[in-house]
Amino acid sequence: MAKLNLNRVDMPRQDPKVRAHNFDEVALGYSPEQAKEEATRCIQCPKRPCIAGCPVDIDIPEFIKAMSAGDLPEAARVLKDRNALPAICGRVCPQETQCEATCSIGKKGAPIAIGRLERFVADWERDNMPADSQSVTLPPPTGKRVAVVGSGPAGLSAAAEVARLGHDVTVFEALHVAGGVLMYGIPEFRLPKAIVQAEVEYVSSLGVKIELDSVVGKMMTTDELLNEEGYDAVFLGTGAGLPMFMNVPGENLNGVYSANEFLTRVNLMKAYLFPQYDTPVSVGKRVAVIGGGNVAMDSARCALRLGADKVYIIYRRSEEEMPARREEAENAQEEGIEFKLLTNPKQFLGNDQNWVVGMECYQMELGEPDDSGRRRPVVKEGSEFNIDVDVVIVALGTTPNPLIAATTPGLDTTRWGTVVVTDEATGRTVKDRVWAGGDIVTGAATVISAMGAGKRAAADIDAFLRG
Amino acid sequence: MYKILQKQDLVPHVHLFKIDAPRVAQKVQPGQFIVLRIDEEGERIPLTVAGWDREEGSVTVVVMEVGTTTHRLGMLSTGDTITDFVGPLGVPTHIDNYGTVVCVAGGFAIAVIRPIARALKAAGNRVISIMGARSKDLLFWEEELRQASSELIINTDDGSYGRHGLVTEPLKELLEQGGIDRVIAIGPSIMMKFCAKTSEPFGVNTGVSLNPIMVDGTGMCGCCRVSVNGVTKFACVDGPDFDGHQVDWDLLLARQRSYLDEEKLSFDQWRAKHGV
Ligand SMILES: Cc1cc2nc3c(=O)[nH]c(=O)nc-3n(C[C@H](O)[C@H](O)[C@H](O)COP(=O)(O)OP(=O)(O)OC[C@H]3O[C@@H](n4cnc5c(N)ncnc54)[C@H](O)[C@@H]3O)c2cc1C
Ligand SMILES: Cc1cc2nc3c(=O)[nH]c(=O)nc-3n(C[C@H](O)[C@H](O)[C@H](O)COP(=O)(O)OP(=O)(O)OC[C@H]3O[C@@H](n4cnc5c(N)ncnc54)[C@H](O)[C@@H]3O)c2cc1C
Ligand code: SF4
Ligand code: SF4
Ligand code: FES
Repeated sequence: MAKLNLNRVDMPRQDPKVRAHNFDEVALGYSPEQAKEEATRCIQCPKRPCIAGCPVDIDIPEFIKAMSAGDLPEAARVLKDRNALPAICGRVCPQETQCEATCSIGKKGAPIAIGRLERFVADWERDNMPADSQSVTLPPPTGKRVAVVGSGPAGLSAAAEVARLGHDVTVFEALHVAGGVLMYGIPEFRLPKAIVQAEVEYVSSLGVKIELDSVVGKMMTTDELLNEEGYDAVFLGTGAGLPMFMNVPGENLNGVYSANEFLTRVNLMKAYLFPQYDTPVSVGKRVAVIGGGNVAMDSARCALRLGADKVYIIYRRSEEEMPARREEAENAQEEGIEFKLLTNPKQFLGNDQNWVVGMECYQMELGEPDDSGRRRPVVKEGSEFNIDVDVVIVALGTTPNPLIAATTPGLDTTRWGTVVVTDEATGRTVKDRVWAGGDIVTGAATVISAMGAGKRAAADIDAFLRG
Repeated sequence: MYKILQKQDLVPHVHLFKIDAPRVAQKVQPGQFIVLRIDEEGERIPLTVAGWDREEGSVTVVVMEVGTTTHRLGMLSTGDTITDFVGPLGVPTHIDNYGTVVCVAGGFAIAVIRPIARALKAAGNRVISIMGARSKDLLFWEEELRQASSELIINTDDGSYGRHGLVTEPLKELLEQGGIDRVIAIGPSIMMKFCAKTSEPFGVNTGVSLNPIMVDGTGMCGCCRVSVNGVTKFACVDGPDFDGHQVDWDLLLARQRSYLDEEKLSFDQWRAKHGV
């Protein structure tokens, strides 16, 4: 065996000065040589600790072994065996806390760049393998019908898995495209929409029907799907799409957006191509984004790319507590976004046209740890100060849209609006023939955890349908 | 793709579209709306339903041309298709036997108040409808609304037909005469605001159908925030119907003007491209 290499191969990225003005992908991906070099760093540990770090149990050593051997079709097969959406996970998984966190090389040096390798294989497959050679042989149809509500990662992975087991699957999606947050939330420069659509096409190629423009709870209810439309089981994967606001004065001023609205206008409706695409968005010269998670980083980086001169992240704790992925926070700072930490808005100030012109903020300090174990931010009395802004984006989190719970009698929900499942390993709800998974169960979480939940529910739905 | 089964020009700049949308037609109720998108590059816009045929599987909307999307719609014809047509959205208008109800409709809303008036009449109400427009040539569906109501009052701002003046005048007279149990007003925001102001001193509950700017129409973005009785509501899921006496009208009117510059840019560009 070659000598242990403790340094991972760097992945090329667009220069920060250039990328701050375009929506092209920031991370450029490995070249074939770089991918192979990184793959050969893997020592194929007998205990394979990395697999335990992956919520969908990808056989990581196996796909990396195929890569080192130069057998990319085999690497792709191993990935797709466990993960219907590898090009997406390779890009947006928080690998540093998952598969790469448990890689044994991490004890001595940099863990294998598993996400980057996954991305490379998935991209290679999309570019080089004709669709028909990818098509898996499906088992004979079982005659059972499954309805999946929502086409985010939870719904897509549940649908793919259930279809691969021979059942007839229809996905109902409220919006005009499939993909959920992958399409309307995560921006093009982090996750190109063509890649999401290629993965959606893969799911369709398994025989899954996708009905867009279909709001379950309005157009038909869960009970109607089960009792009138002949579905044998329903999987609810409608995510956590309801934006939270702060309830401070001035929040309804023009120019104050929820992150969902801002990102939907930009990503789903392509407002960055306005007026060719007809949905407008106010760009603003001075933009404040409230929050410290991935959603806040994405909003800030979109605002910058749309032409804002100054973009602030306003976060009430310190950098250490920030929930955003480290890599994305660093990318944001490199691009010129200014972090105003230990700062919290008291109110938004408007002009006589109802437009936001400024923000009054408190300075905060960290007190005793709270329920989450993080030190609680407390207001420093008398510390108020003003910031001039003309657009504000509130990125304080989301909860599940109450529509499904309100129109599905017999579901159990928590006080945060999330749907209760009786067992995480199956995703069964207390309602007969209804399963749920993803953000609708956990609250806002991750792409891969939503996919894992979709897969587990699919296995249980299959077991149930086969009696 | 959703097919236009019928397009009809009702009056200048106001068009009727009957759309093939069986699933929406099955479920829709008076007062609900749909969101449509003409094509890939188009904006999502909400329109209240003006009618439906559950058997035929069609839904009818009536559109007034104001900006790019509505003008683009105006250029489509029977047999054309649009990319997206989502619904039914929003909470249906609450239909009950109130007693005597006055339904006030301004402009294109003559079309959307008809199913509401009809449902109220079927529920046992005496329905007095007031329809208003700037002038005679902008009035349509007189017979249709007459049939849906117990009584019909027609108003034009310029006096070219029916009564001369604003719809708030006959509304005020009816309220003064007494015996009115409820008012429902639908039309431009400014008209709804003044109808609500007219009925407020009489203490007669007044339902209005708010029309803030929307994107998804399903409660996901918060663009449609309105303030009702001091509480922020999402009009697309909590409404669009609200108690007109509790609406913060100035906020609604201000938020509707959020994109005036962009809308003008888009419309000018569209006009230049089509030579109109
Ligand atoms: C801006 C942003 C950035 C993020 N960045 C990351 C990241 O870098 N890494 C990461 O792992 N995670 C990230 N996340 C979180 C991740 O995207 C979510 O956890 C994940 O998408 C949840 O998947 P889901 O399938 O449960 O729901 P969603 O992706 O929310 O999909 C739900 C779908 O259901 C549809 N739907 C809702 N109601 C209905 C209904 N009544 N009828 C029919 N359809 C309905 C919705 O339109 C949507 O398409 C990010 C989230 C956001 C918002
Ligand atoms: C619940 C609801 C029901 C409606 N029902 C009808 C109807 O039955 N018939 C009808 O003719 N009109 C109706 N409208 C108004 C209609 O949606 C707007 O006229 C249309 O969106 C204008 O688009 P545009 O591109 O032609 O004009 P633009 O130039 O883009 O806008 C003109 C004005 O319309 C409003 N507007 C713009 N975009 C939107 C949007 N996405 N959502 C809502 N309003 C917007 C703004 O106040 C703007 O100043 C309704 C609106 C709502 C919210
Ligand atoms: S899916 Fe995510 S966690 Fe699993 S191996 Fe890939 S990058 Fe790692
Ligand atoms: S733990 Fe790391 S080195 Fe070991 S097999 Fe997994 S990826 Fe390779
Ligand atoms: S239009 Fe998006 S929440 Fe109402």
